[in-house]
Amino acid sequence: MKADPRGVLTGTHFIDGDHACCEGALAGGARFAAGYPITPSTEVVERFAARVPTVGGSFIQMEDELAASIALQGSVWGGAKAFTVTSGPGFSLMMEHIGYAAMTETPCVFVDVQRGGPSTGLPTLPAQADMMQARWGSHGDYEIIALCPNSPQECFDLTVKAFNLSEEFRVPVMFMMDEVVGHMTEKVVIPPADQIDVVPRKHTRKSVEDYLPYGTNGDMVPEMAHAGEGYKFHVTGLTHDERGYPNMTPQTQDKLVRRLQNKIRAAADRICMIEEEDLDKADVVVVSYGITSRVAQRAIDLAQERGLKVGKLRLITAWPFPDKKIVELATRVKAFVVPELNLGQMVREVERAAAGKAKTLAVPHAGGGVHKPEEILNAIVEASQC
Amino acid sequence: MLNVLDDTVNPVEPLLRTDRMPHIWCPGCGIGTTVNSFARALIESKIDLQSLTLVSGIGCTGRVAGYVKLDSFHTTHGRAIPFATGLKLANPRLNVVVYSGDGDLSAIGGNHLIHAARRNIDLKVICVNNLIYAMTGGQTAPTTPGRATTSTNPYGTFEPAFNLPHLVEAAGAVYVARWTTFHVRQLARSISEAFQKKGFSFIEVISPCPTLYQRRNKMGDGLDTMKYYKEKSKIKHGAPASEVGLTLNGEIAVGKFVDRDRPDYQTMMHAQYVESLGERYIEVTREAVPEMECACE
Repeated sequence: MKADPRGVLTGTHFIDGDHACCEGALAGGARFAAGYPITPSTEVVERFAARVPTVGGSFIQMEDELAASIALQGSVWGGAKAFTVTSGPGFSLMMEHIGYAAMTETPCVFVDVQRGGPSTGLPTLPAQADMMQARWGSHGDYEIIALCPNSPQECFDLTVKAFNLSEEFRVPVMFMMDEVVGHMTEKVVIPPADQIDVVPRKHTRKSVEDYLPYGTNGDMVPEMAHAGEGYKFHVTGLTHDERGYPNMTPQTQDKLVRRLQNKIRAAADRICMIEEEDLDKADVVVVSYGITSRVAQRAIDLAQERGLKVGKLRLITAWPFPDKKIVELATRVKAFVVPELNLGQMVREVERAAAGKAKTLAVPHAGGGVHKPEEILNAIVEASQC
Repeated sequence: MLNVLDDTVNPVEPLLRTDRMPHIWCPGCGIGTTVNSFARALIESKIDLQSLTLVSGIGCTGRVAGYVKLDSFHTTHGRAIPFATGLKLANPRLNVVVYSGDGDLSAIGGNHLIHAARRNIDLKVICVNNLIYAMTGGQTAPTTPGRATTSTNPYGTFEPAFNLPHLVEAAGAVYVARWTTFHVRQLARSISEAFQKKGFSFIEVISPCPTLYQRRNKMGDGLDTMKYYKEKSKIKHGAPASEVGLTLNGEIAVGKFVDRDRPDYQTMMHAQYVESLGERYIEVTREAVPEMECACE
């Protein structure tokens, strides 16, 4: 289906990534957000609070991030599309509810505008150090999807996409921005509503008698009902059977948790988005994401000017990780160079997928700024000599 | 519909998920008694069951959500109220009940309790207070009266306890009552009354935990506790909530302590947007259920 025109601010805008993310959420169908103020993310919900009463939705500022991250899930079961927005310390507080969303298959979006950590760290300065937390932060086995925009335009486009993926797979989607992408102002083009594809809720059409809240029809994603429609269904964070009833057996646990993982893993090829350039003859591939990919671009240009065979692989989807692409490239390139605003997170994934077939060079940065292109260039030069 | 005169079935049975029985609660536990009063209140006040949603947290009382035949959510520990807040805001037509325990609502969820009362969100909160953490084995709760013995205060508690009616009154609740599981009819009446209120309503039910609280404090079994409740309870409608704190063996003040009106969150939100945005304001509405698939297909 197409976007509800009431939420779409069609036109050419000069706005920052945080505001573009808000517009993406509105275009993607979000009609509820719950938040708690935290730098550098708050502008997203500030704009949402101003916009949403004019499009038939609501915003509430909750008492903390725990409340925000569960209020949004209540709203989803009440029929809304919903999201919350935070940064490092708040993201840490939300972890339990990412697990609840994964377990109860509540479609929703968590936006994390990353800043330097650990703890209070660098509230106003960038980092990309929540990437592993986004994947593994809640307890237990589960899969999520994580997207990494590198511009305000992508903050719009990919927020729409994040909502669509969350609905298609009934999974919490992590929207991994960073302070620079959130606060940089660039041109953002918002298309007309009839050019924006929106995935509707996978709502059941079954009768009350036939409806099984966690039954599946082959695609591993159950159909949803909302409170107040007469289905009288039960939702629990406990291990549950197809009826949604708690069932504390290893068999039910195995069936449920494997399905929660497999519904994402089986569709990984379809979910994974990457941007690639000059990979066909590359000796060295720079793997980057978010704001770091903008700096990496400069380093790649400089390296190519020097005649080095460098290719670009940008992760638009961080999770699921595009294993296949790295596995394939590892058989024919010398090395991967992985700059990121942390001391080595996604580089571990590159290394794992490359499995020793190609070298992996990390270009770590503790956050608080971005790399100098020369730092990445030096790594490319070093990698070319492998 | 429900036929309360038919004596072949328990009148509350249609409101329960009988396919989930037997329940997990211990013999002598009071939670089932409160559910019975709740179900009777629903029947007597002819509440529309389709728009009624029940939200629980974690703990013994948190399991109520799994046993009632309603749209029901068993959420995370302490977060039933914020979950219910989101549910109510997304679909204002829903009648949302939060049914949880004292530890869940006043310790880990204490912040949400006071803020929901402050906002006056239209939620009916039923707090089953067994004065202890029961699911995890009898640890001290914020409600455990001084000198009571628990597994984490084996020499007796020395922390002051929360007086929950006082707390929620101060925070802004429009309806506050307390009963014990001895007062099944009064409890049902209070629940019915709360359904007539718009805003944050809080009903505390003092309930026995014979397995942990009563046993450890040598207070006998479930029946002994009923006798105790009968002897020690004093109906004090309108008593100042500040004076209804509980002690280990002292009087249990019960009754309706607060019944007042002030605009609820959504009423105030609506008024604010109408005033500020005028015709630009679009109210939250929920679409009707999509067309059902015919069962014969």
